[in-house]
Amino acid sequence: MHTLSPIVAGIPLFDGMKPEHLELIAGCASNVRFDPGAFAARHAEAADRFFVVRQGRLALQVHAPGRGELTIHTVGENEVAGWSWLVPPHRWHFDVRALTPTRALALDGRCLRGKFEHDYEFGYEMMQRFAQLIVQRLDAASLQLLDVYGTHD
Amino acid sequence: MTDTLAPSTPAAPVPAAAPTTAAPDPMRPVPFRVRRVQVETHDTFTLVLTPPPTAPRFAFRPGQFNMLYAFGAGEVPISLSGAPGPGREVVHTIRAVGPVTRELQRLKAGDSVGVRGPFGTAWPVDEVEGRDVVLVGGGIGLAPLRPVIYALLARRQRYGRIVVLFGARTPQDILFAKELERWRGRFDIDVEIIVDRASPGWHGLVGVVTSLIPRAPFEPGKAAAFVCGPEIMMWFTLSELKRRGVPPACLWVSLERNMKCGLGLCGHCQMGRFIVCRDGPVFPWEPVAPWLVIREI
Repeated sequence: MHTLSPIVAGIPLFDGMKPEHLELIAGCASNVRFDPGAFAARHAEAADRFFVVRQGRLALQVHAPGRGELTIHTVGENEVAGWSWLVPPHRWHFDVRALTPTRALALDGRCLRGKFEHDYEFGYEMMQRFAQLIVQRLDAASLQLLDVYGTHD
Repeated sequence: MTDTLAPSTPAAPVPAAAPTTAAPDPMRPVPFRVRRVQVETHDTFTLVLTPPPTAPRFAFRPGQFNMLYAFGAGEVPISLSGAPGPGREVVHTIRAVGPVTRELQRLKAGDSVGVRGPFGTAWPVDEVEGRDVVLVGGGIGLAPLRPVIYALLARRQRYGRIVVLFGARTPQDILFAKELERWRGRFDIDVEIIVDRASPGWHGLVGVVTSLIPRAPFEPGKAAAFVCGPEIMMWFTLSELKRRGVPPACLWVSLERNMKCGLGLCGHCQMGRFIVCRDGPVFPWEPVAPWLVIREI
């Protein structure tokens, strides 16, 4: 058994997946750590992996000229940063930066995509889970755009 | 303990405070004195009022509201935001968004404000004893929840985990910041704050308050949740709480409508079969949810 399998099995995103699929995921996983301020990913670079935070906090940031780095979302324990690895052209849309000392599981997107090609059921399962994640983020982004706490005369 | 709680239904509203604490004529404002004004954020402030010496001690239950009359400007319903129970101070946290609240914002220590109340239903703090209690507030919605926090902490051993999730627009809009920080330092309450938009120097969470729910430390089947904030925020919060597994009968919300009389007489705040000032503002979620999707009301 791959040493990261128990960790993968404990991640809510993969909750309830078949053991053989968890093994496939673990085979594409590695542990990473980031010091505060370190970049886990840079905007426009190849999105060849995504992260599941195990401890600490990552920020999704965008650089706005004249305004500096703007944090649009933070990702904490057991949460996922990145789905660009799943969608062509596989480029990061944002910077991903550690706000605190952060340990994470890095999942190799190219490795996973390769396995999807050979196991459609696995690919479908992962697509379903990421679709939910994307919908949650979309809902959250809509709420942020609505500025529900603002004054609306 | 059962999986669900009998909600305090609007048909049998939680009675307001003892009559001795209200003005004899509930339609007649009593002039209270402004003891001090506390600036909370750029648009939000807290008025600490004292009743006239001859008035009985003022008592209220968490979730209730007063009608505050800014003389010459008008009257607005404002939730009580201080510690519940009898006392000589009456605390309101107000966001200056209209002519009356802006007039209230101009008040200084020693000025007078007309007070009617307390009115309305209360958060069911007794009914949820033994449960984990999750309080979700958005923006000024934290103000009506603060008396609940005081009440729960005053009888801390009677509850399971206490979780406070608070969403604000920006770090500068965080209400009761010092108090939240103090509560965060305690071991018997979990407090998470998240902002919609970060500003430079903010190292806290960024996103919407609903995103805190999946990982908040409570046991869903044994939890009850009180939610207060903009209605859209409450919708998403309630669906996330249900998705997490909190029984629908254990969800309460505080609603806001155009309250005028505070007594259920004038009908201005009618929402379907409910009169919000009388049957609310605190409602169990299930009976009011269908009415909230009807645009015409």
